[in-house]
Amino acid sequence: MTSVRTLLEKPWLWSFVGALVVWLATVAFTGGYGAGGMVTAALSLAVFTVIVGVGQMFVITLGPGNVDLSLPANIGLASAVAMKVMGGSDSMIVVGLLAALATGAAIGAINYLLIWALRIPPIIATLSASFIIQSVDISYGRGLQIKPPPGFADFTNWQVLGIPVLAMLTVVFTIGAALALQRMIFGRSVLAIGQNIRAAWLAGVHVGRIRFLTYTLCGALGGIDGALLAGYFRGANVDIGNEYLLASIAVVVIGGTSVAGGKANVPGVWGAGLFLVLLLTMLNTFGVSAGVRLVLTGLIIVGVITAAGGEKAVR
Amino acid sequence: MLPDMTAITPGTLPKSSPRGTAARARLLRGLLPALSLALVLMAIAWLNPRAISYFGFNLMLNLAIPIALATVAQMFVIAGNELDLSIGTFVGFVGCVTATWLRDAPLIGILVLLGSIGVYALLGALIHLRNLPSIVVTLGMSFVWQGLAILVLPKPGGKAPDWLLSIMSFKPPYIPFPILAALIIAAIVHFGLMRTSYGVILRGSGGNAAALRRAGWSLLKTKIVLFALTGLFGVLSGMALIGITTSADANIGNGYTLLSIAGVILGGGEFVGGRVSPIGAVLGALTLALAASPLLTFMHIPPDWQVAANGAILIIVLAARVLISRRER
Repeated sequence: MTSVRTLLEKPWLWSFVGALVVWLATVAFTGGYGAGGMVTAALSLAVFTVIVGVGQMFVITLGPGNVDLSLPANIGLASAVAMKVMGGSDSMIVVGLLAALATGAAIGAINYLLIWALRIPPIIATLSASFIIQSVDISYGRGLQIKPPPGFADFTNWQVLGIPVLAMLTVVFTIGAALALQRMIFGRSVLAIGQNIRAAWLAGVHVGRIRFLTYTLCGALGGIDGALLAGYFRGANVDIGNEYLLASIAVVVIGGTSVAGGKANVPGVWGAGLFLVLLLTMLNTFGVSAGVRLVLTGLIIVGVITAAGGEKAVR
Repeated sequence: MLPDMTAITPGTLPKSSPRGTAARARLLRGLLPALSLALVLMAIAWLNPRAISYFGFNLMLNLAIPIALATVAQMFVIAGNELDLSIGTFVGFVGCVTATWLRDAPLIGILVLLGSIGVYALLGALIHLRNLPSIVVTLGMSFVWQGLAILVLPKPGGKAPDWLLSIMSFKPPYIPFPILAALIIAAIVHFGLMRTSYGVILRGSGGNAAALRRAGWSLLKTKIVLFALTGLFGVLSGMALIGITTSADANIGNGYTLLSIAGVILGGGEFVGGRVSPIGAVLGALTLALAASPLLTFMHIPPDWQVAANGAILIIVLAARVLISRRER
């Protein structure tokens, strides 16, 4: 009984319950048709939200005001860089991935440089940076329809027994992220800074270094996400990351991470990612118009957060 | 001149610092929004003297009124330590209603717009009662407004009501209309928020909510009022926008979310502590509106890099603010 109660108190549980309910509703509507395919599709699409969501989660956990608004621009630029470096040849896949990773990490590092050197709120710093990155991307990838190498496109779409390989790898990655968060000095420091930056500093946490690493990590994850997206959708373009601004924040918060910082939740990011993708699938299956779909998506996000409730203010 | 814009964190001002220098630095910081606007204006005057004229300003500041109104809207929620990520799509929704129902069935149009302000008030109540993060609630609402906008106006079109068109094309003598309107908006909001006793309470809800509650003020009410004011100015912004563009599109306001946040910060506002400045916010919006395209076209910056230049202007102004703030201590 107590174990059930402790399980029910886990905030991430609700995002999985939500995903399950939405999936069951869709399956009930189609009469069981396509139930498995839906899970496969949801897993392959949720992967991209989960990867940036984990990055965003680390940033948001740093405390109030910390958020990375440059992710969409970052994803767009990294997708173009990856595809250009790969140049359509299979032998360059690893180099292209590394280039995307480096681009993303550099963007994250610049973000933190702006926050640190100019003492600008992170929202404005990453917003200004995203304007500049966008321009770089437009002028760099101008008019080019850049295709991924066939091997890379196949890899990002590769499935084993109906489960996308990319999703399996992302599960491994998220387990690593959860370990880093709860068991490693880096993750514990991020949590400590989010709970009380001054106390963390007094306790000897290298606040500057940890924040720098967090923004760089988030940027790098955005970069790798851009490359994978370009592979999955068979081409890079400037707008490829646009929907990930709202999505990355939404999965973090629906997944039970506190926007006030200091409390993060990795499994919840997966639950919320699946929930959002399945929700979209359900509304598409019901055949509602684009307007109704948006309204319902919004109302459900507001409903979920209202039901989950905010925490009582500690301070 | 602008005493309220100079408020700084009490803790950052050491008692030992000479009062004169600190006061001067504070004044400088308060004037920064005006200085950055002046700088952008001078750059335009230098690049193209003919732009500094009645018609030049009318053209360059074409979209300044809706941007200023949206920025003021955002400023109200920021005064209460919240953030509205839905203001852009809300402006778009209002635009779609303005270009359709407000023209064809004015009564329904007015009711819908008043109702949407009511929705904002309810959101304020919800956020306060359930202690929800406003970022997420307004994020969800941004989908709702966008969806409603598409339902109201599936394809770009519609037409602004004639009375609105004639208001927005008003040509006062000597002073270009956008500047006159900005002055009026700034003056009204400045008086309401900075000079009335309830305005102080509203800002206090962002500054020290616990103290306000102990003094017997209702935090629920302040939050509702702040959100309703955001809704009101969002409605005004959407209507002004359609009065200028004459027709609507469901995506017409999407850029306003980030623009309005940038405008508030550029105008000396801060995300926490109820430290905002209506005059600064309007100046920040004007600076952004000016910097957005005319300046860059005059400077022969290729279209690819215009967005980057916007980002660079933001960074430069904020860097200047940091330099001045450092002298404060």
